[in-house]
Amino acid sequence: MLERLKEFASEFFVTGDPLIYGADVAIGITMITIVAVLTYFKKWGWLWRNWLTTVDHKKIGIMYIIASIIMLFRGGVDALMMRLQLAMPNMDFLHPEHYNQVFTTHGTIMILFMAMPFMFGLFNVIVPLQIGARDVAFPFLNALSFWLFFLGAMLFNLSFVIGGSPDAGWLSYPPLSELSHSPGVGQNFYIWGIQISGIGSLATGINFLVTIIKMRAPGMKWMKMPMFTWSVFSTCIIILFAFPILTVTLALLFLDRFAGAHFFTLDLGGNPMMYINLIWMWGHPEVYIVVLPAFGVFSEIVSTFSKKKLFGYKSMVFAMLIISFLSFFTWAHHFFTMGSGADVNAFFAVTTMLIAIPTGVKIFNWLFTMFRGRIRMDTPMLWTIAFIPCFIVGGMTGVMLSVAPADFQFHNSYFLIAHFHQVLIGGVVFGYFAGLYYWWPKMFGFQLPEKLGKWAFWTWNIGFYVCFMPQYAVGLMGMTRRLSTYGWDTGWWELNFVSTIGAFLMGVGFLFQVAQIADGIRKYKTLKASGDPWGGRTLEWSIPSPAPEYNFAITPRGDDIDEWWEEKERRAKGIYPPEQPLEPIHMPKNSAIPFIMSIFWFIAGFGFVFGWLWMAILGLAGVGICMIARSFSYDTDYYIPVDEIKRTEASLRGSV
Amino acid sequence: MNKKPRSLIRIIIPVVLTLVTIALIVWPMLAGGQYVVLDPKGPIGASQRDLIVISTILCAVVIVPVLILSAVIVWRYRDKPDNKSAYEPNWSHSTKAEAIWWTIPIIIIGLLAIVTIRYTYDLEPSKPLASEKAPVTIQVSSLDWKWLFMYPEQGIATVNTLNIPADRPVKFELTADSPMNSFWIPQLGGQIYTMSGMAMTLYLQADHEGQYWGSGANFTGEHFAQMRFDVNATSEEDFDKWVREVKQQSQPLTQEMYKTLAEPGTSNVAYYSAFPEGLFQDIVTKYVVNGQSAHSKHGEASGAKEITTNDVDKSAN
Repeated sequence: MLERLKEFASEFFVTGDPLIYGADVAIGITMITIVAVLTYFKKWGWLWRNWLTTVDHKKIGIMYIIASIIMLFRGGVDALMMRLQLAMPNMDFLHPEHYNQVFTTHGTIMILFMAMPFMFGLFNVIVPLQIGARDVAFPFLNALSFWLFFLGAMLFNLSFVIGGSPDAGWLSYPPLSELSHSPGVGQNFYIWGIQISGIGSLATGINFLVTIIKMRAPGMKWMKMPMFTWSVFSTCIIILFAFPILTVTLALLFLDRFAGAHFFTLDLGGNPMMYINLIWMWGHPEVYIVVLPAFGVFSEIVSTFSKKKLFGYKSMVFAMLIISFLSFFTWAHHFFTMGSGADVNAFFAVTTMLIAIPTGVKIFNWLFTMFRGRIRMDTPMLWTIAFIPCFIVGGMTGVMLSVAPADFQFHNSYFLIAHFHQVLIGGVVFGYFAGLYYWWPKMFGFQLPEKLGKWAFWTWNIGFYVCFMPQYAVGLMGMTRRLSTYGWDTGWWELNFVSTIGAFLMGVGFLFQVAQIADGIRKYKTLKASGDPWGGRTLEWSIPSPAPEYNFAITPRGDDIDEWWEEKERRAKGIYPPEQPLEPIHMPKNSAIPFIMSIFWFIAGFGFVFGWLWMAILGLAGVGICMIARSFSYDTDYYIPVDEIKRTEASLRGSV
Repeated sequence: MNKKPRSLIRIIIPVVLTLVTIALIVWPMLAGGQYVVLDPKGPIGASQRDLIVISTILCAVVIVPVLILSAVIVWRYRDKPDNKSAYEPNWSHSTKAEAIWWTIPIIIIGLLAIVTIRYTYDLEPSKPLASEKAPVTIQVSSLDWKWLFMYPEQGIATVNTLNIPADRPVKFELTADSPMNSFWIPQLGGQIYTMSGMAMTLYLQADHEGQYWGSGANFTGEHFAQMRFDVNATSEEDFDKWVREVKQQSQPLTQEMYKTLAEPGTSNVAYYSAFPEGLFQDIVTKYVVNGQSAHSKHGEASGAKEITTNDVDKSAN
């Protein structure tokens, strides 16, 4: 009995690597500390009532962002481990198998569990405030989306200590990801982690589409919507059409692995190339899903910090909608070298290049927003200004890659790696950082210390160029991606060595950001922010910071693109809006069902990962019961009385 | 107290930092590694290099001025009390200006699209190279984690090393007995995937004698980093001599030996004086069910040449 138990444990837990034992200990200590702190300060009730069961979009947004920053840390540590292994030729720091796991989890985590939730966090916090709404259209579904994402991400991360991590690359091409070549449970963790969080992503997409379509403030016509809201709208359209493809593709892969189907296997008529097509039909739009909201953030910041209207509003909107549309017609550029023939390659090369046109227009419009403005260099604007040249160069190398016959030489090389990191870091990460710095006071009611923020900014930026510029060069020297080691005879080591230095500089930049946030929390009383700390232009700045639970005491109007800016101008001239009487505010009630249902999804996913059908059925049954319970709960809303609104407003405005 | 030295430091520190950063980035680029993609030794690689140069120039025509413009704008309109440049907070639209910056990228992308389409048809990998000499055929199969090269005309085979005659087209027929890999010899030309269940065609040529290298460019699992191989382009006489040597000095590759070779694992360089007849077709058709492969929709015209059982029957006759 004991022997069997031992045998089971040695397969169940990941063993044999001192790095992982170290991580086990660290995870254990962290969990014990969290439990101890919560118990000591008697915070369990607070955690449950205020966070785990909340349906408030602002709190959900904050939880998304916290989760994504933790994931940024994990993905970043993965990146640094890879860079250490590649710093010198013939390094023996990571065994190839371990290296393969590390780059797989790095990619998956950074895209799906860092960029996506960071983006959803910004959606959640800002969109309802920007359009003058009290919450999103479906607050319950919103909470469910978050918990599905969170538990999906946790399931994926569990593979680190239990069962073994996936190691077939972030898109898990079959047949490598099939049972024939990856018999372990790592791929199952990959599939179920993404599936569970993917349901949440799709639901969020639908939720925000409906919110933006139905819940805009009176007077806010389509072409009066703030640019960030437009970017969320464009992105949600892409999510709506792209995420179902991902779900189906991974479901088919799972059927291959679990039920012995042959969709993508080598034998019995399976077609692995079909998977590659399908996964990129999601994967390429996914790139635009994460980058469009960053464009939206930049548009808001450029205008605010140049004290000037956004230039070419209509062009900006159309450019984004064109990008949303075109993003579905470029997927084959990820495999020009599959030999689909000149007709196919020419088509996808041209569609890919076309995307450069609206993107270029957007760059010009940002530049001309600054032109004849007055540019203030606070941290949100610094990241925005750093983004522009970075993205221009990244865009240029993207156009170079789209030239199909030339791509035969770039494909799978470090030139490609450098390109997509330049657009994803220079575009997406810089954008989300800018957004976080910009809206931080609105979320938490205090400013972050600028000085540490500038240190973070400069180390991140210098680190970025030192890390990725050499990678373009080493790509032209023939170094291909996912190599776990290389020889002295390749002539690649100097470039790799410098690239590693750059990666660690970015790591230092991240530490500065952590220090900045810690310092801000320590001194938050001296850093209190007003409702409108940056001289904002849109409705979220018209209410106190942090925003009260109900957002707007009185439903605002949205007659102008820069409604709050116009309002301030009017007030400066002595024109005040007529007093409106307060009315009780209709709000959704908290619910524990999203959290509990997601736990059942987690249990079901875990059961499927190990092929324990009893556990999977148990989990799915729990999911079903939660759905039924929700269907029969009628007490889902309440009214905030006028007195309470008055008290809240007085205390918030008083403290401003 | 000492205001002047402090402001000097505020200038010196950024300048030094910038110089250090630039030095750090430029030094390894000039450290002596060989830019194989930009130093092609064959017609395909040369055309691809030309195309890289053309596309870089076309992009740079727009991008360099825009980068300069960005710097100028950010500097000129920064928020300083003594900044005398214009401030127009409500200027947010100009049809003329926007027409200009919709047009510029459209023109550049239009030009690039024309060039790209032309080159895409010219450099289609399965298109034979124009040459007076008949191409030599080499059959390639990627295995976990090594390369098997078969020379059907010479009747020999090698593992992880490739010999080709210089100045003569080489017709590579490629497949895989493993997850999808990619066959890439940067100095001769771009890569193409090796996929099980189908045969791809790639024409390359080395204009000059010399030693080059190739690699597996698409991740296939644990020891995929070991799939690098030498490419020796020699004169016709030396190539024939090498073939004779291999025939005399090596063992033949038998079916059983191939089975062992195809097992996952790394391999040293190996030479075989012969290989089982039709081995390449056997690998391609390994997964065919009832005379149908999964990819029967791929036509001849596209790069992926399909070898069905019919073809094999013909070649057996």
